[in-house]
Amino acid sequence: MGKTLTVLLMDPPFESANTTTAFRIVEAALRKGHTVNVFAYEGAVSLTMQGQQPHPNPAHGKTVDEEHHPLTRDIVRGLLTSGGGERLHWINCGLCVDERGAGDWIAGPRRGGPGDFWQWVTESDQTLVIPCR
Amino acid sequence: MAKKVVSIVDTAYRATLEEQDDTVVWFNHMLRQSGADITLLLTGNAVNYAVRGQQPPPLSFGTAAIPFPPRLDQDLRKAIQAGVKLVLLRDDADMRGIPASALMPEAEQISREQLADFLQGFDLVWHW
Repeated sequence: MGKTLTVLLMDPPFESANTTTAFRIVEAALRKGHTVNVFAYEGAVSLTMQGQQPHPNPAHGKTVDEEHHPLTRDIVRGLLTSGGGERLHWINCGLCVDERGAGDWIAGPRRGGPGDFWQWVTESDQTLVIPCR
Repeated sequence: MAKKVVSIVDTAYRATLEEQDDTVVWFNHMLRQSGADITLLLTGNAVNYAVRGQQPPPLSFGTAAIPFPPRLDQDLRKAIQAGVKLVLLRDDADMRGIPASALMPEAEQISREQLADFLQGFDLVWHW
């Protein structure tokens, strides 16, 4: 029977390999049939921002289309559709969203707060906090 | 059964001026208000949060001001009043030349030698 893992992320996009590692953990857990809750705190609320845009890479000599610049919003969208789209739940910290003006996000995540995180913790088999340093 | 959590606050002064508080201390205070059994363990530079009587001055950037800079010792005291337990690593305070007399009396002080046994008492250990 699948277990439930809650993960708190704190790093903003494009700043830390911690985020990539967290995405890999989430993907692996979903692939193995587990349920994952992600609570995006502080800068991590920007991971799902709708307005992210890929850019060309002059150092690579590549255009936007050639570069295939990965966007965290697309990664999260891909994770949300994994496992039938029902085993990944994502909350963006509401106050963190407000202070950043980061309220325009992709379909799937919902707004929440520390109380929602604690509810998840009480219902989960394990909780992993991945803060920024 | 209720889960006992220890949140180790190790990274200090992370955007505290912009946030007017420490976001990890704040978050754990909020968790306590949601019913969580929370202990804050201050380590590294974060032991300085428990120094009594901090009075950071207001700050301004042109016409923009931060009139209420963070009062981290007071925030800790409010968290304690809400039911959060406060512990700090005595060795890290010593390394920084912070005498025990300068620290909040509400904070339990443990040594690094006691740390492993101390952590055994919790269901969840979150290292922020």
